[in-house]
Amino acid sequence: MTDIAPLDMSKFKYKTRRRGPLKWLLTTGWRHLLGLVIVVYTIFPILYILSTSLYPNNDINDTTTLFAAISWDNYDALLANEDGSRPFTAWYINTVIIGVLTSIGSVFLSALAAYSFSRLRFKGRRGGLMSLILMQMFPSILGLVAIFSLMSDIGEVFPQLGLNSQLGLVMVYMGGALGGGTYLMYGFFNTVPKEIDEAAKIDGASHARIFFTITLRLVAPVLAVQMLLSYIGVTSDYVLASILLSDPEKLTLATGLQSLINDPYSKDWSMFTAGAILAALPTVILFLFLQKFITSGLTAGATKG
Amino acid sequence: MTKPKKVKPVYPVSVAGVIWKIATLGIVDAVVFFMIMVMVAQERITEAIVAVIVALIINWIYLRRGGLPAKYLAPGVFFLIIFQVYVLLFSGYTAFTNYGSAHNGDQNLAIQTIKNAAYRVVDGGEDFVVVAGTDSKDGKPALLLTSNLDNKVYLGKDGQQKVEIPEGNYTLAEGCADPYAEDTTTCAHAAATAVGFTPAKVSDLTKFQLRKYYSLRVVIDPANPNLGIQTGDLATASEIQATLSFDEKTKFFTALEDDENGKFMAGDVFKPAENGYYHVDGKIKNAHLDAGWRVEVGLKNFETIFTDEQLRAPLMKVISWTFIFAFATVGSTFLMGMAIAFLFNHEKLKGKRFYRSIMILPYAFPAFLSAYVWVGLLNKEHGFVNTVLLGQPADGDNNIPWLLEEGPARWAVLLVNLWLGFPYMFLIVTGALQSIPAELTEAARIDGASPWQSFRLIKMPLLLVSIAPLLIASFAFNFNNFTIIYLLTKGGPNDSGVTDYDVGGTDILITFVYKIAFSGTGQNYGLASAFSILIFIVIGTLSLISFRRTRTLEDIN
Repeated sequence: MTDIAPLDMSKFKYKTRRRGPLKWLLTTGWRHLLGLVIVVYTIFPILYILSTSLYPNNDINDTTTLFAAISWDNYDALLANEDGSRPFTAWYINTVIIGVLTSIGSVFLSALAAYSFSRLRFKGRRGGLMSLILMQMFPSILGLVAIFSLMSDIGEVFPQLGLNSQLGLVMVYMGGALGGGTYLMYGFFNTVPKEIDEAAKIDGASHARIFFTITLRLVAPVLAVQMLLSYIGVTSDYVLASILLSDPEKLTLATGLQSLINDPYSKDWSMFTAGAILAALPTVILFLFLQKFITSGLTAGATKG
Repeated sequence: MTKPKKVKPVYPVSVAGVIWKIATLGIVDAVVFFMIMVMVAQERITEAIVAVIVALIINWIYLRRGGLPAKYLAPGVFFLIIFQVYVLLFSGYTAFTNYGSAHNGDQNLAIQTIKNAAYRVVDGGEDFVVVAGTDSKDGKPALLLTSNLDNKVYLGKDGQQKVEIPEGNYTLAEGCADPYAEDTTTCAHAAATAVGFTPAKVSDLTKFQLRKYYSLRVVIDPANPNLGIQTGDLATASEIQATLSFDEKTKFFTALEDDENGKFMAGDVFKPAENGYYHVDGKIKNAHLDAGWRVEVGLKNFETIFTDEQLRAPLMKVISWTFIFAFATVGSTFLMGMAIAFLFNHEKLKGKRFYRSIMILPYAFPAFLSAYVWVGLLNKEHGFVNTVLLGQPADGDNNIPWLLEEGPARWAVLLVNLWLGFPYMFLIVTGALQSIPAELTEAARIDGASPWQSFRLIKMPLLLVSIAPLLIASFAFNFNNFTIIYLLTKGGPNDSGVTDYDVGGTDILITFVYKIAFSGTGQNYGLASAFSILIFIVIGTLSLISFRRTRTLEDIN
């Protein structure tokens, strides 16, 4: 052991002389200039729909100046739902319910599976993980025929679970839980030291107790990020929802908002943009607050290797 | 040294745990029991038996000692088997059948469909307003009929003659029997319910029940079973004359009348043929009835894919564009994301948080919404891109027909996908960059490496090692990126008149296959499934090979 403290480099960095404008331009200035260009490219479509949603008219293509006028008319009209054909609030609630149920359910299912892959040794473990990864390669869109016919068959016996049922949609999403999350979660469980399990076991904890009160708690932040990502994935799904749900009252935001601009004769861009802003708001806010976690959740697979 | 013997872990059992387990299992069993009862009530015996077996397996898994992995895997695997494994097997099987809009069930369903449609309304016959429901005495499906001729009310049941209900035993509906009646005060009212009859709510009926109503035929003349009263919409019923008769023993149909279009004559016998249709005399060259059933066709669908002249040119085009699209998307988003990551990855740069917050927006914004917004922005006549960014007048002659012509549409799709995709790449490259130890680049600098050298020889290789699996995943994702193509262009602009298939300039394989399965009149699930299997094999092999090479799978052990 040595007593020498590591050299603190930061002390030296701040002792440099104040730089002139040219120096600034050469080191970070040009980065800001390029950054500005990128910011404009990134943000103009979003500013544009924000501006259109606040513009009291009926056409996304009418305005050429951003924020030429500001009014809440579109939002009022959307939420009022006067002719009863666009139950926006119902779509919103549906989406939140479906998203929350699915994300909790599927993260729970894949956590269970990941735990067994990470902590238990059994025959077919490796093969199981491999086939989960492989199964994900099957283009889910192409399973639509099968899913549709399966759901319509289920619906003949149990209308509550079949076509046009939100519970049925949640079940279909849950089917993707294992393929989607297990492998990632498996990596996280591996980072939790096994010694903790061992210690708890010696103290007399059952396996369920270890799993629910120790392991799950330790990976809780990861579970939260996974839930968020799963929630976002589910709430922006368009294809499955559009095939399985048909009642206007039962639609999700993705399918409901689409119905606002789908019909070429009654396109309502302003309402659509207002709806889009309201629909995107919670996810965008969550993203901004949790961006650190999300970034680490995304790169978990990458930086491990 | 000998290997230490594997000791099976023994976990202690707690009382609370057992109670939880029993309670949960009890609830599951109760639900399953209820479901089995429903199945039995609907005469679905096979399904009920399967459900019983599944329930037994679940109970066995959780009630026995040991077998821990199964306890943790069972819930996920249950859903996986129903919605993924089954779906995969079903698609695999469908690829070898002629499943499609004309062949969408088994022979019994086809027989029922044919029977339910094989009649014509008798000219000048009596017709009725219908309420569907059940006979309160025996619970069998029944129709409450109100004659449009004399407003008399009858109860009609399958295979029986209609029974008149005396006045006073039925209640009239509030609205007019004829919804188009001009004079709503004096119009005739139909019966809504009656003594001994329980009306049903049509929207609550299952398909199983609906079919029973559609096949319900009230007898008019016991001597002539081909005459009857039948409903096709559960709102009205008419006197009908059957055009086909069905023999329950031989399962043959016999034409009772000449076909209007002269395709077959009265007395022709329809027999099932191996192509899944009822043909006259069972010979494929003869006329057939409309509804068919699903039969196995062997490799015919795959044969079509590889030999059909109509398919070859569009398929080649679609495949090449799919690869261009996937490569260009991964390449462009990665390059841009990486460039920006390096741009902002500077220790003295202020406002990094701000930049990152902005960069994350396209990723946070739900993709389906972005797609629609871009459709608006790229509108040819008034779109923001044409009118403001490119400074063209609205409706100008030189406006770029984004999304309307093949060339610009392809560029548009790529540009939009770049906008959608680069934030993700930026995030993962930034994350990977930050995990490269500073000492490495520091050491390189001290050894006299130029920034370019340290980028090319140190950062890039490290970056690629850690990001390669995500790039492969991104490729696989974009190869099948249905949402963006379908929502932006629906695969269009359409190549009309070139081929029989519905195909367009920006169609990638997956959208093309989707259209084969779901759009237009000739929905061909069999062919689409054959395509899915091929795509699955291609993508699966590509990914497996590249995953192997990047050694991601190694840490599975």
